[in-house]
Amino acid sequence: MTIRIENVSRRDFLRAGGAAAAGLALGVHVPAFAQGAKAAAGAAFEPNAFVRIGADNTVTVVSKHLEMGQGSYTGLATLVADELDAAWGQVRVVGAPADAARYNNLLWGPAQGTGGSTSLANSWEQLRAAGAAARAMLLAAAAQRWNVPAASLAVRDGRVTHAASKRSATFGELATAAASLPVPADAKPKDPKAWTYIGRHVPRVDARAKSNGTAQFTQDVKLPGMLTAVVAHPPRLGAKAASVDAAGVQGIPGVRHVIEIPSGVAVLATGFWAAKAARDALRIRWEGGIRFSSSDVMAEFRKLAEKPGAVARSEGDAAKAIAGAARVVEASYELPYLAHAAMEPLNCVMLVHPDDTVEVWNGEQFQTGDQEALAKFFGIKPERVKLNMLFAGGSFGRRANPAADYLLECANIVLALARKQTRVPVKLVWTREDDTRGGFYRPACLQTLKAGLDADGAIVGWQHRMVNQSIAAGTMFEQGMVRNGVDQTSAEGAANLPYAVGAIHVEAHAPQVGVPVLWWRSVGSSQNAFTTEAFVDELAVAAGKDPVAFRRALLGRHPRHVAVLDLAAKQAGWGTPLAAGKAGEKRGRGIAVHESFNSVVAQVAEVTVKADGSLTVDRVVCAVDCGVAVNPDNVRAQMEGGIGFGLSAALYGAITLKDGKVEQSNFHDYRILRIDEMPRVDVHIVPSAAAPTGVGEPGVPPIAPAVANAIAAATGKRLRTLPLKLA
Amino acid sequence: MPTLFVNQERVDVASNVPGDTPLLWILRDALSLTGTKYGCGIAVCGACTVWIEGQPVRSCATPLSSIKTGAEITTIEGARTREAKAVQAAWEKLDVPQCGYCQSGQVMAAAALLARTKRPTDADIDQAMAGNLCRCATYPRIRAAIHEAAKSLG
Repeated sequence: MTIRIENVSRRDFLRAGGAAAAGLALGVHVPAFAQGAKAAAGAAFEPNAFVRIGADNTVTVVSKHLEMGQGSYTGLATLVADELDAAWGQVRVVGAPADAARYNNLLWGPAQGTGGSTSLANSWEQLRAAGAAARAMLLAAAAQRWNVPAASLAVRDGRVTHAASKRSATFGELATAAASLPVPADAKPKDPKAWTYIGRHVPRVDARAKSNGTAQFTQDVKLPGMLTAVVAHPPRLGAKAASVDAAGVQGIPGVRHVIEIPSGVAVLATGFWAAKAARDALRIRWEGGIRFSSSDVMAEFRKLAEKPGAVARSEGDAAKAIAGAARVVEASYELPYLAHAAMEPLNCVMLVHPDDTVEVWNGEQFQTGDQEALAKFFGIKPERVKLNMLFAGGSFGRRANPAADYLLECANIVLALARKQTRVPVKLVWTREDDTRGGFYRPACLQTLKAGLDADGAIVGWQHRMVNQSIAAGTMFEQGMVRNGVDQTSAEGAANLPYAVGAIHVEAHAPQVGVPVLWWRSVGSSQNAFTTEAFVDELAVAAGKDPVAFRRALLGRHPRHVAVLDLAAKQAGWGTPLAAGKAGEKRGRGIAVHESFNSVVAQVAEVTVKADGSLTVDRVVCAVDCGVAVNPDNVRAQMEGGIGFGLSAALYGAITLKDGKVEQSNFHDYRILRIDEMPRVDVHIVPSAAAPTGVGEPGVPPIAPAVANAIAAATGKRLRTLPLKLA
Repeated sequence: MPTLFVNQERVDVASNVPGDTPLLWILRDALSLTGTKYGCGIAVCGACTVWIEGQPVRSCATPLSSIKTGAEITTIEGARTREAKAVQAAWEKLDVPQCGYCQSGQVMAAAALLARTKRPTDADIDQAMAGNLCRCATYPRIRAAIHEAAKSLG
C-alpha cells in the first residue's frame, strides 16, 4: 500500500470546521445524547443526578469527578452510601457525562472538572443531600406498601425493616415504587453520630479492578476499526514541520495514514508498534521554535527579581521595618520546571459519528473546557461533544489543560480523516518521551526573601518577591484567577503566609517565557511552601530558636497550624536525639507546615547524609487537618503518596531546556522515586468536625522544605535550589 | 510462524509480524490483553511486567524474535498461582492501588518474588520491586501487602 502524506493547512481546518464545503456537515443536528446519565441508566429509581437504584438492588453513585488515584470514587460513594444506609457491597460508581448544568464543580462555579483537591469538599453537602433524599423516598415507598408510618421504619445495610410487623424489603424491591414518589425537598443529612461509613474504613471501590488488570484506562480502549496515532513532535517547543519525507514508512505493515497537523506529523496504523515505527522512520525538517535554555530563563528571572513586581499583599512598611531591624536575613531560591509524568502517558480516543457528534474517551479532568475547545474546533455545539470519563493512570493536573492540547491534537487528526471520508475511532498515544517533552510544566521560578529580626529574635518585617510564569494568563481562568496582575495560583501559599511577621510585602512578576506551563499537584504551594518554610527555618536558626517553637510563637491566629505542628513534632519525637548514623554519616530532622486547599499539613523528615554527600530520607511523620476525614485510610494514602510524589521533585525533579530542546525524555533521566528510596511514613489525622477539605494535593508541599531543613540540621548547609543536591 | 502459549492458550504469530515487535504490543494490540501496561517502552518502569516461563520480564523491551517458540507467557489476566492470588488479596485488603496504572506490573513482580522467596525481607522487596515505578508512591502499601501475602501463604 502507498502512503501519501496529507498536508492539511490550517486554513483547510478552519473551513472544514465552519461548513460543509470541506466534506463535513457539522453542527446541523439536534443534540442526540444530552440525556447524559439518564440515558445510560436503566435504573428503576433515579431520585437525582447522583444516585440510581436498580431493581437488581445495586446502588449506583454517579461521580462527577475523575478518579485519577486520589480516591474520589470511593469518597463520593461513601457520602451517598452513608446517607442511604446502603450496604457497601451493593454500591457501584460510574463516571458522570459532561453536563455542567448538573455536574459542575460547586467550588468552580459553572464549570465541570476535577482539581484543586475539591472533589469531596464541593460534594459534601450535595451528595449527602442526594443520599438523604433517596433514603426518604425508599422509606416512603415502604411506609405506603405496609401502611405504616415512615417514622416506624429502620434502614440498615440496604434493607428497610418494620420491626413491629417483622417485615422488610431491599432497596431493589422498593426501587420501582419509590420512583413514582415526589422527591422530598427537606431531606436532612444525618447527625454525625449516626454515620456508618463516614470516618470509618471502607475498601476502595476500584481496588479489585486495579489489582487484577481489569480496570479500564483510556490506553485500554479498543473500538471496531480503531487506528492508533503516534505523532512526531518537534524537538524544539513551538517548531513546525517544514518538510516531511515519508519514504521510510513504506513497507511497515499496518500503517494507514501520515498526516501533517499543526503540532507535528501523525502516523496512523492498526496498532501502536507499527505507528511508532513509522513515526520514527519519518524524516522531518523542523523550522522555528524556541532557541533559549532554561539557564537563560533563570538568568532573566534573576534580573527581573531586582525590580518591584505586582503587589500580592502589603501590610505595614516592610522595607522600613527591615531597615531598622537588628539583623537582616536574605535568601534566594530557584526551582525548575517539572513534568507531571503520570504513569499512563497522555492519550485519548476520538470518533466523529455519522451524525457529526464527536465522542471522546479520556481520563477526563476538565469536561467544560475540553467540551468547549472541541466544539469550537469542530464548529459544533458543546453538547454535541460527548465525553466518556475513564480512570486516569495519574494526572496530577496534566489532564486539566485549558489549552486542551492533546485532545485538539487528536481532533486535528480525526478531522483530517473525516475530510477523507474516513470516520474511524482514533486512539492518540503519546510515547513516554512525548509525554516528558510535551510541555505544560510546573513553572520554574525564582524567589527572593528578606526579613528582619529584632534583638529578641522576633520577625519585624518580611519581603517576598516571586518571579513565576502565570498559569492562568491567556486562558479562560485569567479573569477569575489573575487579580491586580497577580496570578493567584502563583501567590497561593506565599501571599497568605500564616506567620505574624510584623510588616509584610509580597510581590509577583509574571514574565512571558514561551514554555507552556500548567498546574502540577499542589500548584503554587509546590513552590511557595519550599521557599517560605525553608526561609522561616533559616530565620529560626538565625534567631537562635528551636524551629518548632519559633513557628509556634508566630502562629497565634492559626490554631489548625499549631495543632498539626504540635502533633507532628510530638509523634516524631522532636527535641529528642536522633539515633546516630554509621561512621561518617550525619543525621538530621527538619519540619515544615503548610496550608493548601484549605487543609493544613505538617511534616517532620529524618534524613541521613552520607560522607559522599548522598542522602536518604528515612522517615516522615505527617500530621494533617483536613476537616472530617471521610475515608481516614485514604487520607493516609494521599499523605503517603503526596510525600512520595513531592520527594521525587525534591530529590530529582528537573526539566531543563538546552537550545530550545527539553533535555529529559524518560524515567532514566527524569527520575521518580523508587520503592527503595521511599521513607517510612507515619500519618496522624487531627480529629475535626469541620466540613472536609482537600487531601489529594496538601501532602505534597511540606516535604521539600522539611527535607531541606533536615539537611541543614544535619550538615549546617542550606540548599536553596531544587532538586536538593549536596554532592 | 512462532508459536507462543499465552495464559495457556496457543498463539500463532503470523510471519509478517516484524520480529522487533515487543511482546507488550502483541499482548495489548493483537490479543487485547490490556491489563499489561505501557509506561516507558525502555524497561525502566515495570508497568509491562509479565512472566515468561514464570520469570518476571519487561514485555516492552522483549522483542518477539527473542522469545523461544513454545514459551509459556503469563499476563495479569492469566496469573492464577497461589502467590498471585495471595498478592491480589493483600492488594485489596490494604487498598494498595491509587491510580492503578502500574499495579498489574507490581502484582506480577510481587507474585514472582513470593514464588522464589517465601518470606522476603524488606531488602528482598527493595531488590525485587525497585524496577517497578509507582508515581502515586503506593510503596509503603506495596511493601506491607507483600509481607501480608507472604504471611497468608504460610
